Amino acid sequence: MGQHDTFDAIIAGSGHNGLTTACYLARAGLRVLVVEKNDWIGGAAVSRSLHDGWTYSNCSYVCSLLRREIIRDLELPRFGLQVIPYEGGATFTREGDYFAYYSDHDALNRELARQNPRDVDAYERFSQAVMRQCRFIRPFLLRTAPDPTSLKPRDLSELLYLVKKANDLGARELGETQRFWTMSIADFLDEHFESDLVKAHIAGGGIIGTGLGVYSPGTAYVLLHHYMGDVDGTIGAWGFARGGMGSITQALAASFESSGGTIVTGSGIDQFLTKGGKVTGVALENGDVYHASVVASNMDVRRTFINHTAESDLPSEFVTAVKRFKTRGSSGKINVSLDRFPTFPAAPDGARFLSGDMHCSTSLQELEKAYDDWKVGRWSQEPYFDMLIPTQIDPTMAPPGKHMMTVFVQYAPYDLEVDGVRSPDNWNETQRQAFATCVFDKMEQACPGIRDHILHAEVRSPYELEQEVGLTEGNIFQGELTFDQLLFNRPVPGYAQYRTPIDGMYLVGSSTHPGGGVMGAPGANAAREILRDVGKGQAMPVYTD
Amino acid sequence: MTDTSAARTLEEAVPLGLIPTVFQPRLEALSSAKSWMGWAGYQSAVVIENMEFEYFAIRNQSTLFDVSPMHKYRIQGPDAEAMLNRMMTRDVRKIRPGRVGYTLWCDEEGMVIDDGTLFRFGPDDFRLCCQERMLGWVLDAAWGFDVQVTDESDTISGLSLQGPTSFSILKDAGLDAAAALKPFDLAEIEPGLWISRTGFTGDLGYELWMKNADGLALWDRLWDAARDWGLKAIGFEALNLARIEAGFIAAQVDFQPIHSTLRLGRGRTPLELGFERLVDFEKDHFNGRRALLQQRQKGLRTHLVKIELGGFKPSNGALLYHRKTKEVGHVTSGAWSPTTKRNIALAELKAPYGGQVQDDLWAEIYVHEEGQWDRRLVPVTVQTSPFFSHPRARATPPRPF
Repeated sequence: MGQHDTFDAIIAGSGHNGLTTACYLARAGLRVLVVEKNDWIGGAAVSRSLHDGWTYSNCSYVCSLLRREIIRDLELPRFGLQVIPYEGGATFTREGDYFAYYSDHDALNRELARQNPRDVDAYERFSQAVMRQCRFIRPFLLRTAPDPTSLKPRDLSELLYLVKKANDLGARELGETQRFWTMSIADFLDEHFESDLVKAHIAGGGIIGTGLGVYSPGTAYVLLHHYMGDVDGTIGAWGFARGGMGSITQALAASFESSGGTIVTGSGIDQFLTKGGKVTGVALENGDVYHASVVASNMDVRRTFINHTAESDLPSEFVTAVKRFKTRGSSGKINVSLDRFPTFPAAPDGARFLSGDMHCSTSLQELEKAYDDWKVGRWSQEPYFDMLIPTQIDPTMAPPGKHMMTVFVQYAPYDLEVDGVRSPDNWNETQRQAFATCVFDKMEQACPGIRDHILHAEVRSPYELEQEVGLTEGNIFQGELTFDQLLFNRPVPGYAQYRTPIDGMYLVGSSTHPGGGVMGAPGANAAREILRDVGKGQAMPVYTD
Repeated sequence: MTDTSAARTLEEAVPLGLIPTVFQPRLEALSSAKSWMGWAGYQSAVVIENMEFEYFAIRNQSTLFDVSPMHKYRIQGPDAEAMLNRMMTRDVRKIRPGRVGYTLWCDEEGMVIDDGTLFRFGPDDFRLCCQERMLGWVLDAAWGFDVQVTDESDTISGLSLQGPTSFSILKDAGLDAAAALKPFDLAEIEPGLWISRTGFTGDLGYELWMKNADGLALWDRLWDAARDWGLKAIGFEALNLARIEAGFIAAQVDFQPIHSTLRLGRGRTPLELGFERLVDFEKDHFNGRRALLQQRQKGLRTHLVKIELGGFKPSNGALLYHRKTKEVGHVTSGAWSPTTKRNIALAELKAPYGGQVQDDLWAEIYVHEEGQWDRRLVPVTVQTSPFFSHPRARATPPRPF
């Protein structure tokens, strides 16, 4: 016998965006239910212990984009969230050298000069260009994208705001903006830098999570997307959520429950229920049915509409557009329990740059080649990875003296090619282990003998990300962050303001503006639209830049 | 956190944090204040012993300030003059060999990238000294010219010997050939030792330039010669007070070098900084010429001016008002001047204030005394000449004190 209950609003999925929406709605006085298919909450912002004594940030692994407006509004620090900035970073070469990214400005200058004396000034100018663009974009993150075809006063005023901000940029900077939105990260870096190693170190931010290569147009924006976060206002800084990324969703859940919200785990959505073009509730896989006149999906746009909504409820053009929405999976993840800190022979003893993001890809050509492998359905033979050991500064995730390592791997295909056949079903245990072997082989470049210290490893292909987290094809952004899928085109033209063809049904996840990353902005923006529609628009804070 | 049993003793590939200049061992020994700051990655003194006494030594006896962290770019070759004339707003051809020129350079929009001093060793041999790192820009500017650019920032050391008795010290150190130097003259007084009659204090003074390896010996030589002339090593704070008195501007303080500004419109042109005399529209094209010509016609956005204020409280950061109501600018560098006994400042005002409109200007100064904040509105008058100017600074041959 299933559960039958009525709420003011139901959120499908307990990822950071779903919970963000849920929090704002609950604070506005709505009775809100969050349903989650897994036995745990968090979506892709999750901390799980799979090896006794160790905790992983199983999916997303570093924090910068989470908007500080949201952290403050929802009192997340009071509910346990602590974000600690980390320093440094490095790219290791095959020859036993490295490029170290020092937080110490003077040391960074010297290190850049060691690679190429011209790159010191180049880095300064590059940073200026990036920061200027970030300053331009940031105010739009917590605003609903205007509909350029609409004459509604609100859309017009949002468009005007955009024009005004663009005007504030100046002619040269606006030219730069257009280049940023359209260029490849490799071309952009080639214009600035001399050193291959420096270029390769920076370029990773342009491809992480993206089914594009460093020479693909549009990747310069992806880099920008990774830079526009901040830790306490320091734009571009990254940090660890103390206790792993799950502590973000745990804090959101605690905030939500303190406002009277309800979370039900363990059964996913079977179907969004509609009647006469209006949403009426959700039916869960376990047979439970919950009713509400507002239903918001934290799932990506494809999963929401292709898997869980009756196609007959949707305009066919919308369905076509949703099917075309690019959600190519391109990355894998390996989380590792280590019995000691690995040895980095190239690095000085106790080097602080080891507490940042570490890589082993040493040129743009190498990165592009890694992409070539992915295109034909194989994981990169020389993969790019973003590898961190948070336990150097987070004492909560491994026993003292032991360490946890998070390795984000680019590229890994969703539909793996085996014997001429491309299919996600090819991801079996053997393939997964082969994938991990390939990554650890490459890692020898930085920390030889790392395998001797591995107590446990969680290896995740895009297929596992889809199966467990629910991200279609394992795309970590719930859809590519390319210009054709941003702003008023995200996810579908005409439906970029969190509303859908079904009355009362909303999208609140990263498939919507401004996109992926543990930002919370889609969730907050969606909450604003929902509250407007239910006549509680004034409950939502107005943000000023 | 890392494993130490492996007994690895690798050094970082580059030093971390601040590194010492050649003179740091001497400065360290003299320093009782132990007050240091970073300057272009080098450890630099804020105060050595006591700011007031260091300041008065500048105006009364002599002082040594370590200027080694300055960025220094050697530009040599048959096209060196042409290249620099293209880069700088002033006519570089007029700086003859053996002379030093104060100069500014701009981007194509006429915004100041930095200011500095250009040393001309010979017809085809220059050194540019400046506050901001400039290698990339100088290399870009050198494109298409037959010149060689060398970054000497880390290989050449500099000492600024400033004060009324500074020549006497040079003389007793056996460097009396410097007697012939007029202000802004430059000469190789001994092999490898170039001395210019320049400085940042507006007083009699010299700058001595040498290879790093020769630095400490020269320091000791000056120090031995200075026994009767009251030499003090000084830090940045004393120098900064003297430079405000002299009316000199400082990058990142009185103007924002355009390459390090994020926000549009925060850069300033040489005209807005009051250096029309250092912009030569008659010479061939130079970076920013078109934009500066246009601005000269359309009018300036701001005026950087010297002001005198009422009251005795230093005005750093104070907002300026016209008729006590309309906010029209702010103080960029303010200080009570101990030598001239005036309350002085450099200030930026929105045009036409500070330019055509100079009457009825006021400054709002916040004063914090023993836990209490107090707001004072004091009158402001615009000045045209340096606050401190003394004939001894210009006398050639120089006076003994």
